[in-house]
Amino acid sequence: MNHSTIKKPSKLVFSEVWALLKENFSNYAMYVALAAIFILFNITTNGNFLTGRNITNLVNQTGYVAVMAVGMTLVLIIQQIDLSVGCAAGFFGACAALLMRNGMPAGLTILLVLIGGLIGGLCQGFIIGKIGVPAFVTTLAFNFIFRGMLSLVTEATGTIPVTNEFFNEISNGFLPSIFTVAGKHGSTIIIGALIIFILIISQVRERKDTIRYNFKVSSLPIFIVKLLFFSAIIGSLSYVLSSYNGISWTILIVAIVVIIYSFMMDRTKIGRYIYGVGGNREAAALAGVNVKSIVIFSFASMGLMASLGGILFTSRLQSATPTAGIGFELDVIASCFIGGVSTTGGIGRIINSIIGAFVIVSLTNGLNLMGVGISYQYIIKGIIFIIAVAVDVISRGSRAI
Amino acid sequence: MNDIILEMRNITKTFPGVKALDNVNFKVKRGEIHCLVGENGAGKSTLMKILAGIYPYGSYTGDILLNGEIQRFTGIRDSENAGIAIINQELALIPELSVYENIFFGHEIMKGRLIDKNQTIISATEVLKKVKLDVNPVMKVRDLPIGKQQLVEIAKTLSRNANIIILDEPTSSLTEQESQNLLQLLKKLKADGATLIMISHRLKEVVAIADTITVLRDGVTICSMDSTQKRINELEIIKHMVGRNIENIYPKSDERGFGDIYFEVRDWTAIDLKNNRKVLDKVNISVREGEIVGIAGLMGAGRTELALSIFGNTPGYKIESGELLLEGKKVKFKSPMNALRQGFAYVTEDRKRNGLVLIQDIKFNITISNLDSVINGKFARVVKVINENEEIIVANQYKEKLGIRAPSIKQKVLNLSGGNQQKVSVAKSLFTNPKLMILDEPTRGIDVGAKFEMYNLMRDMVSQGVSIIMISSELSELIGMCDRIYVMSDGQITGEVRRDEFSEQRIMQLATNIKEDRSCESFNYQEAI
Ligand SMILES: Nc1ncnc2c1ncn2[C@@H]1O[C@H](COP(=O)(O)OP(=O)(O)OP(=O)(O)O)[C@@H](O)[C@H]1O
Ligand SMILES: [Mg+2]
Repeated sequence: MNHSTIKKPSKLVFSEVWALLKENFSNYAMYVALAAIFILFNITTNGNFLTGRNITNLVNQTGYVAVMAVGMTLVLIIQQIDLSVGCAAGFFGACAALLMRNGMPAGLTILLVLIGGLIGGLCQGFIIGKIGVPAFVTTLAFNFIFRGMLSLVTEATGTIPVTNEFFNEISNGFLPSIFTVAGKHGSTIIIGALIIFILIISQVRERKDTIRYNFKVSSLPIFIVKLLFFSAIIGSLSYVLSSYNGISWTILIVAIVVIIYSFMMDRTKIGRYIYGVGGNREAAALAGVNVKSIVIFSFASMGLMASLGGILFTSRLQSATPTAGIGFELDVIASCFIGGVSTTGGIGRIINSIIGAFVIVSLTNGLNLMGVGISYQYIIKGIIFIIAVAVDVISRGSRAI
Repeated sequence: MNDIILEMRNITKTFPGVKALDNVNFKVKRGEIHCLVGENGAGKSTLMKILAGIYPYGSYTGDILLNGEIQRFTGIRDSENAGIAIINQELALIPELSVYENIFFGHEIMKGRLIDKNQTIISATEVLKKVKLDVNPVMKVRDLPIGKQQLVEIAKTLSRNANIIILDEPTSSLTEQESQNLLQLLKKLKADGATLIMISHRLKEVVAIADTITVLRDGVTICSMDSTQKRINELEIIKHMVGRNIENIYPKSDERGFGDIYFEVRDWTAIDLKNNRKVLDKVNISVREGEIVGIAGLMGAGRTELALSIFGNTPGYKIESGELLLEGKKVKFKSPMNALRQGFAYVTEDRKRNGLVLIQDIKFNITISNLDSVINGKFARVVKVINENEEIIVANQYKEKLGIRAPSIKQKVLNLSGGNQQKVSVAKSLFTNPKLMILDEPTRGIDVGAKFEMYNLMRDMVSQGVSIIMISSELSELIGMCDRIYVMSDGQITGEVRRDEFSEQRIMQLATNIKEDRSCESFNYQEAI
């Protein structure tokens, strides 16, 4: 059935690969960046970077940036910005610590803090969407407010330690192994295999559908190479993780958030509307989209993710500090842009923002391992960020012609 | 006059998935008006963009010869230096800048290191005279009606000493009167020695003004006709354009009576919040079931404001008084969403600004107005999961029905030709199954074939009991399609014309009734400085 594609002379395949690469450059540029970072750091740290321990550490470190980047993706897509997420995360994390110190069980604490974050986001969304104060101003103001509230909360005692074990597990614990294979973490291997299986099945199905509707598809060899590539990434990641402690709860939480949000953005009405409002606000309004409620929704979801980020961060440090969260917003926004969210709105994918977060955190992690001072870290991050976005802008620009 | 100033030889241009031009040959004589016609997506704009250096040398194959010499434009600057200027389908003026600043934008007149404002204004006044535009050069472009903005664009090209001027659908957003003025101006420019290339879908104008007519179809040159000896008639052009005969472009109405009054606007008055001016002043209109009602008027008469305010979209102004009656019952739309729910649909006159999400594909744009109808299944209803299969089927149906030309419905709307974008915009409104459609310049920029389809579609809809309000600047179209025409001027309804009294003259009279254009006030240079 697919003879015609297989028989294609290899020259054609190459030209197709080239065209494909050129066309989708912004989509995979960050994978290239990530690979480059990994290889570079692994060399400069004498192999200390790509160890099960460090990768696990890295992934857990990424957790709080990642969930906030998910929320931020929506906000940026609708051409807004949220500068308050850093201090919001710090404040809500401190709230959690405070509540638990006063004897509240972890479960209830988490619920309350998430609700708090949601309400914080709703307030901002309301001011931006309904009243019409620009997001830049509103969220800057809330950045002050959250920062003030954070220092109020931590004023009396300074750093609030968290002793609740369940809570600390969230960012430091792992899924049970169930069994071990040759010293490897059993459940991690199984989950990795499962994900690869699901990936292949869904991709094959999607390809079939696409062919059925006569849309353009990449040729079979390229499709297979792409599948192998992603399977290899997932495979090696789960292999590396399994040689240490396996999958952490953080990974699970991020995965759940990503799945829910990706589903929402790709498959549901509200996701459509978000892309619509971001792509052309006036057209969306005339198509019957309630633009205000989309704005409010996006900020509310951002607030929720900020408080989740705060929970992850607090749990990771097992304490809440008076300066927690300050400057997180920069990492979060940078993650999204590195992940290819358009600076003019309307374009962006959840999964890519997560990769962007991974790039940012890998940088921090690797530079730390190398012993580079914090001042240089900022400078290097700044430079990489500009380059990443410039590459994205250029590749998009040249594609428009 | 047989001297060829410009020749494009074997031009081929491909976009991913589309061969827009296939070995096109195109010759222009010195000092002529050369019209380029063809269906939507035929490749007209693409050919001209190549000529203007917007698609640079190397992104196409074939040769451009100017005065017999091969040119390799790497950008729009090169073509400008060679004396070629293009006025794009979408105007490229900066609304917040003044007329004179726009005219010399990018070619500022300097005195030392500073812009010489006085000299610029003087020079601007001169070129404005050449295009017979009597406005104050310090006015912001934003405050000019589109027709005059168009003239500013032309003034801009003249200021750069262009001798080949390309106009891509210059009249598509102009009213009849403005178009006439523009055509007069083009003739004058020709007499002054310029060579003009004009793309247009308004064949009446083409016939009136062209010395040579070249027809493109599907990226291929079909023919080039000399119109100086023997007048080419419209039907002949249409035949070449679509490859078949279309005898009567306005399909006959089936002459059934109409139903009851479906929708009525009473004493509708709106005020511009910026300057407290009345944009709409006691407007009364009604439309019966199955009726096509036209609204004629000049640019700025308030037609679009009327449509949008009915539709619940009133940014920048507020409704002071008046009411809307749907089947005799009072209704009020807080937002377009409410209007859509009541079976209203609005097709915008400005598809790029508020009609389409350009960076998304055809499918996205068609279904966004009625996503609920592609959501099915119990679980899906709760979480609002879109059924993509259904979406694809729907989008393909509309692509076929309206003849949207694109490799697939996954093509980004950004990459469609102007006319095909318009079709997507119309499809989006049709998809809501409206009971009342407000069409604002529905045939702007679409080719004769597509116009014919559009008209058929309208007839189809009214025969199913849909009511249509059609706003158009093309009088012949209103007269051909409408059962009744309201004429607006300066925010007021100045008359209602019944089918048996239809005439262009009568409508024009009513449209220019009390109109006294502010921007026309004679300009006094002393005052301006
Ligand atoms: N950037 C692009 N990417 C992909 N396809 C494109 C692009 N620009 C134009 N096309 C395609 O090239 C073809 C020719 O387009 P062009 O804009 O030249 O048509 P046109 O004759 O000007 O039509 P219209 O009368 O509707 O303006 C169309 O099929 C269009 O979809
Ligand atoms: Mg065009």
